[in-house]
Amino acid sequence: MLLALGTAAWANGIGHPDPGQIGFQGAVSEIARRIDGMYDHVLMPIITVICLFVLALLAICVFRFNEKANPVPSKVTHNTLLEVAWTIIPVLILVVIAIPSFRLLTYQLEIPKPDIVIKATGKQWYWTYDYPKDQGGGFSFDSTRIEDKDLKPDDIRLLSVDNEALVPVNKIVEVQVTGADVIHGFVVQSLGIRIDAVPGRLNSTWFKADREGVYYGECSKLCGKDHSYMPIAIRVVSQDQYEAWLQDAKKKFADAGNGAPVEAAALKATQKVASAAPVSP
Amino acid sequence: MATTATAVHEGAHDHPTGWRRYVYSTNHKDIGTIYLIFAISAGCIGGFMSILMRLQLMNPHWQFMAHLSTWIGQSDASTMVDAGKNLYNVQISMHGLIMIFFMVMPALIGGFGNWFVPLMIGAPDMAFPRLNNVSFWLLPFSFLLLMISMNVEGAPGMKGFGGGWVMYPPLSTIGHPGPAMDFVILSLHLAGASSILGAINFITTIFNMRAPGMTMHKMPLFAWSVLITAFLLVLALPVLAGAITMLLTDRNFGTAFFDPANGGDPLLFQHLFWFFGHPEVYILILPGFGIISHVVSTFSKKPVFGYLGMAYAMVAIGVVGFLVWAHHMYTVGLSLDTQRYFVFATLVIAVPTGVKVFSWIATMWGGSISFKTPMLWAVGFIFLFTIGGVTGVVLANAGIDRALHETYYVVAHFHYVLSLGAVFALFAGFYYWFPKMSGYMYNERLGQIHFWLMFVGVNVTFFPQHFLGLAGMPRRYVDYPDAYLMWNEVSSVGALISGAGVVLFLYVIYEAFQVKRVAGDNPWGPGATTLEWTLSSPPPFHQYETLPRITGSDH
Repeated sequence: MLLALGTAAWANGIGHPDPGQIGFQGAVSEIARRIDGMYDHVLMPIITVICLFVLALLAICVFRFNEKANPVPSKVTHNTLLEVAWTIIPVLILVVIAIPSFRLLTYQLEIPKPDIVIKATGKQWYWTYDYPKDQGGGFSFDSTRIEDKDLKPDDIRLLSVDNEALVPVNKIVEVQVTGADVIHGFVVQSLGIRIDAVPGRLNSTWFKADREGVYYGECSKLCGKDHSYMPIAIRVVSQDQYEAWLQDAKKKFADAGNGAPVEAAALKATQKVASAAPVSP
Repeated sequence: MATTATAVHEGAHDHPTGWRRYVYSTNHKDIGTIYLIFAISAGCIGGFMSILMRLQLMNPHWQFMAHLSTWIGQSDASTMVDAGKNLYNVQISMHGLIMIFFMVMPALIGGFGNWFVPLMIGAPDMAFPRLNNVSFWLLPFSFLLLMISMNVEGAPGMKGFGGGWVMYPPLSTIGHPGPAMDFVILSLHLAGASSILGAINFITTIFNMRAPGMTMHKMPLFAWSVLITAFLLVLALPVLAGAITMLLTDRNFGTAFFDPANGGDPLLFQHLFWFFGHPEVYILILPGFGIISHVVSTFSKKPVFGYLGMAYAMVAIGVVGFLVWAHHMYTVGLSLDTQRYFVFATLVIAVPTGVKVFSWIATMWGGSISFKTPMLWAVGFIFLFTIGGVTGVVLANAGIDRALHETYYVVAHFHYVLSLGAVFALFAGFYYWFPKMSGYMYNERLGQIHFWLMFVGVNVTFFPQHFLGLAGMPRRYVDYPDAYLMWNEVSSVGALISGAGVVLFLYVIYEAFQVKRVAGDNPWGPGATTLEWTLSSPPPFHQYETLPRITGSDH
């Protein structure tokens, strides 16, 4: 059963969970792939072996050292070599874990120069996306889950939203995330991203999706009664479709009056002074 | 005392009866007993809440919480859906706070600590008996405040505080403007004061009241574990008290510690909270480590393997436990270097923890093990704690935590170390010391059935939650996409089995007091070497009128 814990190949959904799934959702970015690789090929084998090793030792104790099999207990209470060994060997195992772990962490957090910057603002209980003007945007829109009664056949309950955020495929996308009222959590597992939406801070994360499709996530910081009802939906499309959508969206959301458009440069500036830029609720 | 034999001082040696015996009690064993009764009662309430939560999650389409909110009069047909969501959040928050502050801590520290630290170190009582009484009696009132909070307004138009046991602002400030959160804060102030007073009492007792000849390096490991826990409490709880006081003033007196619009920072609270919160999880597990060491040694009929390593591994866990708090905050936007440090420090903790696990196994190795109920719990503890430990190593890696943070993987992890770790240690200790405390033997057969019922129940509950977390299901969710249904159903079935286990446990206690099998001074035989087994069962109201002298090299 332990072995089953990490096999990503078990008919997992990509961008959304599949029924009965026991591993990660399919990865569509390099970050997500590296997370999967680290879990499936480094951590999972190591922790499985440790658990089985401890289980085996316990089993030997149960069968060989029960009072029927071994009526006279030994008096051994020290063995320096053994004690040094079970201190040093775990240290070595941890070093084996730490090296790829630090490499992965660095890869995640050193944000490369982005092709696109978008901003996601967590609100009770929906997300607002801003597309900066100097990238052909200059609009913002709200993204709210589709109520159960309005679901269409292809929609996924609790994941599908009315307005998805579109980004082009194979482009480095930086997502700047903040919270407007309380703390929310911006997550898309298939893209390998998770960052908290904290009021007064502008956090950043990035991804480069290499497969078109729609990838879902769910708010991941308890934010009140509708915490379970504010999904994140990112649709990755071709560059052409993205540009066409930008034109449509500009018209569609221009008169919707969903907050002021944001300049990418301005977003950059506020990022430097994290807590100095309060976002009024 | 002998020179001023006034009536008041005479009273200290009285054996008061009826309600006075407990309400006015200054006797460590009586106070320990009421702590245990309190902890079992609170545990049943907190456990009942978890069953309610699992009923909701068994199939969210049932809208169980919504119906529950109407049954308890918090909503009507028009408001039940929202009230149900809020009620669920209140339940998860209260479940966490109750299990931590009103079940595990009172049972391990107040209950077993009070009962057995003085007995094990050869002391007649605790250093400050009246302080001990105050420590206990703050708790019921603290609990009362928490119960009141569930029935006053929290979020606008809703009852109770539903912001999680972590109480992050701004959800606990602007998100819950009603008085429910203030009641929670005051409740935690009282519970914290209770624990700090208790901790001071334990530190003083252990440093000053050991029997002649009992050096620190001869002290039983349970006393070591309580000593280290007491230091953690004294150092960590004031930080929590400060943080929630800042919340209180932010809420009521116009300060802005955590309000970004006025120059504050919500993340400051998280740093303060977890500076308390991480040591707190070691506070919950360390006394369990002590208990497991004694149970394993007793039933293997061997002294603890690597005694000094065991004691100093706990010291190391306690020290490093203060240096790792931000591994709960990998996703808040910490810098790369900060995250690197916390990954490193967190991984380090695995080393002393490994030392403990291997030393327990080495204690069993070569032993002549009798698998009585306490030993079953202890072996179960070692294995399940190992599983919880290795998933902790997984989560320690910030890069992997990026995928698993705030998912059910984390819920599974900390329930494996706490619900299956600390609670198994509690049951091990309870069955181990029940004959000593009551003078009666529990029913061995029922005890073993209880173990297997719980073992199956908790594993069926929590193992599938790893799958849910890997598949991305966030925690603290009242409703989830239908793909997560299957493992949630399995998990809920496990919760019902565990619930049956708890009911059986209550019956085991009842049966033991009904049948009154006399246990004798030492029912466990030659393996039980600590001082409490030299006394009668139950021990006399005042033990060690003549202090025992420790001469051998036994621990």
